[in-house]
Amino acid sequence: MIGLQHYLTLAAMLFVLSIAGIIVNRRNLILILMCIELMLLAVNFNFIAFSRYLGDDTGQVFVFFILTVAAAESAIGLAILVVLFRNRRSINVQELNTMKG
Amino acid sequence: MFQAILFYFYAAILVAAALGVVFSRNPVHSIMLLVLAFFNSAILWLMAEAEFLAIVLVLVYVGAVMVLFLFVVMMLEVNIEAAKRGLIRYAPLAIAIALIMVVELVQLIWLRGQLAELPGVFVAYPEGYDNTKALGSVLYTEHVYAFEIAAVILLLAIVSAITLTMRKRPGLKVQKIAEQVAVRSEDRVRIVKMKSEKKS
Amino acid sequence: MYNYYLTIVLAPLAAAIVAGLSGKQLRRAGAHWITILAVGLSFALSVFVLKHQVIDGGAVDNFYVYTWAVTDGLRMEVGFLVDRLTALMMVVVTFVSLMVHIYTIGYMRDDPGYERFFSYISLFTFSMLMLVMSNNFLQLFFGWEAVGLVSYLLIGFWYKRETAIVANLKAFLVNRVGDFGFILGIAAIVFMTNSLDYATVFASAESIAAQDIEVISGSPWNAMTVICILLFIGAMGKSAQAPLHVWLPDSMEGPTPISALIHAATMVTAGIFMVARMSPLYELSETALAVVIIIGAITAFFMGLVGIVQNDIKRVIAYSTLSQLGYMTVALGASAYSAAIFHLMTHAFFKALLFLAAGSVIIAMHHEQDIRKMGGIRKYMPITYWTALVGTLALIGFPGSSGFFSKDLLIEAVRDSHWHGQGAVYWIAYLSVLLGVFVTALYSFRLFFLVFHGEERMDDEIKSHLRETPWVITVPLVMLAVPSAIIGWYTVQPVLFGNYFGDAIAVAGNHDVLAKIGAGWHGSLSLVQHAVQTPVFWLAAGGALTAWFLYVKRPDIPATIKDKLSGLYNLLDRKYYFDDLYIKGFAAGGRAIGRTLSEKGDQFLIDGILVNGTANAVSRLAGVMRQLQTGYLYTYAFAMIIGLTMLLGWLIWLR
Repeated sequence: MIGLQHYLTLAAMLFVLSIAGIIVNRRNLILILMCIELMLLAVNFNFIAFSRYLGDDTGQVFVFFILTVAAAESAIGLAILVVLFRNRRSINVQELNTMKG
Repeated sequence: MFQAILFYFYAAILVAAALGVVFSRNPVHSIMLLVLAFFNSAILWLMAEAEFLAIVLVLVYVGAVMVLFLFVVMMLEVNIEAAKRGLIRYAPLAIAIALIMVVELVQLIWLRGQLAELPGVFVAYPEGYDNTKALGSVLYTEHVYAFEIAAVILLLAIVSAITLTMRKRPGLKVQKIAEQVAVRSEDRVRIVKMKSEKKS
Repeated sequence: MYNYYLTIVLAPLAAAIVAGLSGKQLRRAGAHWITILAVGLSFALSVFVLKHQVIDGGAVDNFYVYTWAVTDGLRMEVGFLVDRLTALMMVVVTFVSLMVHIYTIGYMRDDPGYERFFSYISLFTFSMLMLVMSNNFLQLFFGWEAVGLVSYLLIGFWYKRETAIVANLKAFLVNRVGDFGFILGIAAIVFMTNSLDYATVFASAESIAAQDIEVISGSPWNAMTVICILLFIGAMGKSAQAPLHVWLPDSMEGPTPISALIHAATMVTAGIFMVARMSPLYELSETALAVVIIIGAITAFFMGLVGIVQNDIKRVIAYSTLSQLGYMTVALGASAYSAAIFHLMTHAFFKALLFLAAGSVIIAMHHEQDIRKMGGIRKYMPITYWTALVGTLALIGFPGSSGFFSKDLLIEAVRDSHWHGQGAVYWIAYLSVLLGVFVTALYSFRLFFLVFHGEERMDDEIKSHLRETPWVITVPLVMLAVPSAIIGWYTVQPVLFGNYFGDAIAVAGNHDVLAKIGAGWHGSLSLVQHAVQTPVFWLAAGGALTAWFLYVKRPDIPATIKDKLSGLYNLLDRKYYFDDLYIKGFAAGGRAIGRTLSEKGDQFLIDGILVNGTANAVSRLAGVMRQLQTGYLYTYAFAMIIGLTMLLGWLIWLR
């Protein structure tokens, strides 16, 4: 019977994959953003699984908010990306070291 | 049993799509595979009887966010090869960390779950349960403030995305009607007194 | 009386302030008239106070004028204690001061710092009066430091001369050493009694003497001994006792009136006065008295020896002053406080006289101070000659002169002070003072003969201008010569044997040598008649004759002696190498320590390792840490991921 642990395992696999993706694609800001979306998806999986397991709809409400925030985040993130590209003609993360003291 | 087969099938596609997203050499392919992953996630959420969120995922993510991604990638025409160069070099590290986390998570989920003798089965909904209605009734009552804040956040995203990307071009010629109407003759005309020229 | 005391003290202060601040408006005459009037007023009132105390038998006045501060039960006040000791000191101080004021009109006539000088000496009079009239340790210390300050200002009066600046710095620094002991002594007194008041402290003297202090932990010392020795260290600085005497000869860089007033007659006797005033304390510590007597004996004899080889007229007298101060100190150590004060008084007169006479000669010689370039001045300056002769005779103790009475009886007192144990202390003290008489006579008459007799060694330019100095100089000489000659005759009996000081000076029963001598006292005349029977007279006569033989009869011999005994001569000429010890030993050593501490301690350890080292370590560490801060977003994300992994691992496996 498919249950909580199956969903959690699937979410864990997605999460780990997205982490690996961030490490592997560390040069490309767009791919990092996409991996973050994937990571959020894994989190959402967890929320839904637990919500269903506990029979409490609040978990799903939380997912709803995460989706909202994620949409806003990707909109802003992409806007920053566009501005960045316009200024530097590149989205290579390795050139973005202005945070270095 | 049939449900289990379906779960494993879609889960396999989901993982495969996620792998593709991560390791694809082409950002456009990555996005398309991400769309696939979202679709499969939606299907799995449907199987978990979270119908509303499944639909929202497809509509919002696939319909809006992913299209936005696709749009940006195509607009920026990024040098793909250069962006993917570090892929092989960091793969071992990524795999190592991923393996550690897999071990940790599996241990957490399965071993701890069995030790605690959890049933691990979802609660069955009663007859006539409406997921959308149930969510709505919680969302607009208990979480109405959070809901409003989420709305503001979305507005903020819209505004900030526009302000960030808007720019003034230097050479652009625009009519400023208010200034044109308010103009006075002193601002425009200068009377210079000078002697008449004499022939030398 | 209250108002008299205040007037005595404040008149010179007011005059000093007026003369000092508005000297230019007052002009020279204004400056010297106002100060002379003020000091004259003080003198007149002091004489009145003395009369009140001695002749009218007035009660001892001990009262407070002003409470400065009260802290934790410790009262800091300004007050006066006027008894016979104080009254005597007041008269001596104001009289000598007055003479010096008058004399200064002539001596400093051409000096641009005329008004300033008068302001200083009036200020000195005020300070000295505060010192002697004090009834508590705080005011004593104030007076002590104030006279030190004026001394500093006056030694460096000619502040454009480098030697004067060095000399006043030296005087200041050496006095600091003494004052350090002095203030420690006062602190010890406050620690023991929680009071600064003389009467309170003297009342609890017995209980102090019964206690021990552990200055160095593990070795308890008698509290009274510690206090007395500390106070005496202060006296050593102010009264120029060995080994803190080095500043006094150098202080002769100041104008001659100052040498007479401060560095011979009054200020340097502050230490003697202080010990006499503290006699109730000193009587309770024989150890301290032994220290006092030894220091005094060493100073009396060895400083006199140095005087023999000096060639600067003022320095010879300065070493003489040191030697005489040593005599007074010896008398203090022998518990003959009255004898010490008596000698102090007579010494103040004849030493001021000698200095002023020397100043008179110096003026006539156009500020030439080297006695090798003098000689035969007698016929040019008769008044100076005769007054100087009176001073010299008084100094060597010629029978009948004031110095005779004070010194002869002082030596007798030392001879009889057997209670110091029959050991070395007694013999060192006694032999020092006895042989000191010979030495005194030798250097005094050496100076006298070299200056006033013999061939005329000055150049013709000076000789042509050589004449007697004006009346403002000679009048003080005469007025000082009179008491120098006769005051001993009339005052010796009341002061030494007539219980003159009453309760002002306390002497323990078994210490009272003067009472022993007094038992055989048959009046001044008798003492003079028996003078020839004492070794003192013969030693003095021998010294004078030796001087006559060496410097008048056979002036070639001294050079021969100098060659034969060059080692001894150098030792004396270099003043026992005290200056070299202090300059090369303490000063250079202090500088070396300071430099070492500065370079190794401060620059290397504190600045180098602690301050900059800390900064450098932080900087270096930060340099290493900075490698982590690449500025790349993914590095931070990666760090977060690793942290997450570790957190998970900790949650699962370790918790």
